[in-house]
Formats: sequence, C-alpha cells, structure tokens
Amino acid sequence: MNDAPFPTGQLESEPFSLPLDKLDPGQPLLFKNQEHYPYFARLRAEDPVHYTAESQFGPYWSITRYNDIMAVDSNNKVFSSAAELGGITIRDRRPEVRRESFIAMDAPRHDEQRKAVSPIVAPQNLAMMEVGIRERTIKVLESLPRGEMFNWVEKVSIELTTQMLATLFDFPFEDRRKLTYWSDVATADLAAGLVKSEEEREEILADCLTYFTRLWNERINADMRPDLISMMAHAEATRHMTPDQFLGNLILLIVGGNDTTRNSMSGGLWALSQNPDQYQKLIDNPALIDSMVPEIIRYQTPLSHMRRTALEDHEVGGKLIKKGDKVVMWYCSGNRDDSAIENPNAFIIDRKRPRQHLSFGFGIHRCVGNRLAEMQLKILWEEILKRFPKIEVHGTPKRVLSSFVHGIEELNVVIPA
Amino acid sequence: MPQVTFIEHNGTAHTVEAELGKSLMEAAVGNAVPGIDADCGGACACATCHVFVEPEWEAKTGARTEAESAMLNFAAEVKPNSRLSCQIPVTAELEGLVVRMPEGQH
Repeated sequence: MNDAPFPTGQLESEPFSLPLDKLDPGQPLLFKNQEHYPYFARLRAEDPVHYTAESQFGPYWSITRYNDIMAVDSNNKVFSSAAELGGITIRDRRPEVRRESFIAMDAPRHDEQRKAVSPIVAPQNLAMMEVGIRERTIKVLESLPRGEMFNWVEKVSIELTTQMLATLFDFPFEDRRKLTYWSDVATADLAAGLVKSEEEREEILADCLTYFTRLWNERINADMRPDLISMMAHAEATRHMTPDQFLGNLILLIVGGNDTTRNSMSGGLWALSQNPDQYQKLIDNPALIDSMVPEIIRYQTPLSHMRRTALEDHEVGGKLIKKGDKVVMWYCSGNRDDSAIENPNAFIIDRKRPRQHLSFGFGIHRCVGNRLAEMQLKILWEEILKRFPKIEVHGTPKRVLSSFVHGIEELNVVIPA
Repeated sequence: MPQVTFIEHNGTAHTVEAELGKSLMEAAVGNAVPGIDADCGGACACATCHVFVEPEWEAKTGARTEAESAMLNFAAEVKPNSRLSCQIPVTAELEGLVVRMPEGQH
C-alpha cells in the first residue's frame, strides 16, 4: 500500500486513454472518489501546464508541478487573487455573490488587512495558547468511547478545531458548532446537498453576519482584547470594512481555521492506519511527531488547489497564459511531484525535509495559521500516544464532494478498551 | 570558508563554516542550526529563515530585495535589520558575521 500511487485501484484507462485536451482534472467527483491522483500523474508527465477548454468551471489552466506552482504562487504581480476577477477557487461565483476577504485581495490592501489579524498566530502568542489547546485536547480525548465504533471526524477533528476557532474569536462556546456549519455552508458544492442554491447559501451566511455583527458591536466600543473580532474592530485597516467585507474575512478565518486542520486531523489517522509500519514507528518513537505533522499536512493536502487570474500574458513551463485566464495551482499534485519530493506517494513520518510541501502555499498569501495548525496536530498526537493503544480504523473514509476542500466527512474508528 | 555565528532567541550561539556561493540559510540548515525552518527551500517565498543582522554587518550583507521585503512584511517581530537568510549569499567578506534569530519562524 505504501507505494501505491492510486489509492482506489481505479486508475484504469480513463485518465490515461483520454485525449489530452479532454483531460479535466478539476471535477469534484474525482476527489470524492480519490481518483484524481492518476490524472495529475499523467499531467505532470505529459503536459504539466495544461489547458482544459471546457469544464463545469469553464476554461482553466492546471499547474501541476512543484516548481511551477511555486513560481506562480510567488508571482502575485502577474497572478491575482482579487475577488472581482474570480478569487481563489476554481469555481467562479456569480458576480453579485463574490465577496472580498484578504485572501481574495491583492497588495497593498491584502497586506494591511492580513496584518490586522496575523499577530494572533505569531510565535509569542502561540506559546501562550499551548496550555489551553492541550487542556481542551485532553478533555476531548478522555471523553471518547472505548471499545465501540464512532466517527473520528465528528468527535475529534470537528470538535477540536471548532473549539480552537471559538477561542480565537472569543465566540460563545455553547454556540461553537455554528462555526462548523457556516464553514461547511460557505464551501459546499451545491451538488453535495448541504445547501441547494446560492440563495440558500446567502441566507445562511447572512445569519452568520448578523451573529458576528453583534459581537463586533460589543467589542468595537470596548477595550482592545486579543481575539480576532476585537483585532479587526480596532485595526485601522479593517475597522471601516463594509458588512460584506467583514463577512468575507469571517468566512476566510472560519474556513481557514476549521476545515483545513480538521481534515489533517482525520487524514493523519487514516494515513497511519494504511501504513501500519509507520504507525508502529511512531508508537516506538513519539519524538517523530515533529516530522510526522508536516508529512500529514503534505500527504492530506487539505486544500487541493488555489486559483489565480492572470493580469497579463505570462509564460509558465513553456506555455503562454493569456491575460484574464484562470490558473489553478494544484497543490495536491505538486505535493506528489517526484522531481521535488522523493518517493512522494509514500507516507513517511521521518522524512528528511518534511516541511518542503505546498499545502500552505507560498508567497504573500501563504497560510497565516500554519504554525498554529502544526501545534494543534502535534499536541493531538502527543496526547493520543500517551493514552491510547493503536486506534483501529474501520472501512474507508467518506470524502467531501469538492476539488477545493480535500475533506473527510466520516472515518469510523474503535479505540480498544 | 568564512565562519558565521547564528544566535538563537534563547541566546545559544552556533558558529558554523559557511560555504562560499551558497546562502546563509543553507549554511544554517546544512549545519543543523535550530531555528531556521526554510520551508520554501530558498525561493524567497515563505519568510521562515528570518534573521536579524547585527548593525555593523549590514553594509556587507547587502540590502533587501523588493520580493524579500514583501515576504518579511508578514513575518513576526520584523525590525529594520530583518533579513531572509536565503537571500544573503555567503562571501569571503562575511567572515565573523553574527546574526540573531526571532522567537519563532512564522
């Protein structure tokens, strides 16, 4: 299993027999079924900067190799993240529901807004948060059933990431599952059924805005406190945001702090269960947690891609990308590129340079919460190893229908009594 | 090869031989100096090899590039003498260089 590049065994013909110009790697179903890997393997080999003329998302370029992704991600002068051009995902939302946030914004406004919130995840603050994270983690783990099956995603991954997010926002703790719900609603594919139309999505997100506006109003007139809402309410760059920009940044922070770490918490356990030699190595030497954490984040790649829009004609990997073209950087592919990462399809918890991966992106939009995410995962695995024997995983994970969020909805496990 | 010294945030000093033509970041990583993460591998794309150059050395390490400033803009505790060590080439002139590290790379 360790070296199998195509986890589902469904590599057969299609991705390799289709004419290259018909290859459309962005189909959400491929990701739900984990069938996307062979598509990207073929593209990296045969057409690393690939143009798909027709798809459910319209025409788009796929950047599939590690170094090309790094070049595009670092070149924010040519490759824009601006919401009005389509933002950061392969799906173009209708212009009237496109929403700005600092991830979907170019310099210099991006820089100013990002800096309003980034101190919350600066090294000094992380050190202060560590004790609280550990306490919450222990409490969640101690409450888990022993000797009976449960959904790890629900009881561990969602619970821990939502508690973290509620802490960062200083959000009413008893209402914290609303954060999970809004996060899921914001990113859901309509075909997945959680929301059935853009109108329904907007109605639910309007509730989110109403709830947070109450918190904002309480905090803008109070003394500055170290939570994300107070920080935005008190920073010059963000205190005059329109309600729509406020909602945009809320969604960014909720999805960024919620979905991603959640799926690494689930994906890590799945990867260990599929690689029992690695799980044993970890149990024998818990110090490997430090290098395992970035390996989990690489292997899972919780966000499969980021999208940009070209502001001018620009050549990448020998192909001419035209002004206005949609460009999708497939982190999930770059993270499996053997020209940059040795034996990339294998999950190896003691890699030499485990942090060399694309999951956080590179350049000015690089994940602001990366070190917090790593710390949450590190503490989770430290506390798991202290108290549980090997956790048994049953069946295969139920995956999210999305080519953006690489998510796991259900992972059934038993902790031996 | 010039000798350069990296001082961790807690005060621990590491003096290493830095290979000419490589970057200061590579000298740290290659000698297992803790506190330089260098996630992007030297592409000026992540700001996790952040160091503070002691003032008397600034003339010899050169000035920040525009791309470097853009990345440092988001690092924690940035100071006027902040640099990304992957953007400082090791030259003979750097014999005896001292740089300090921030509390964490972010």
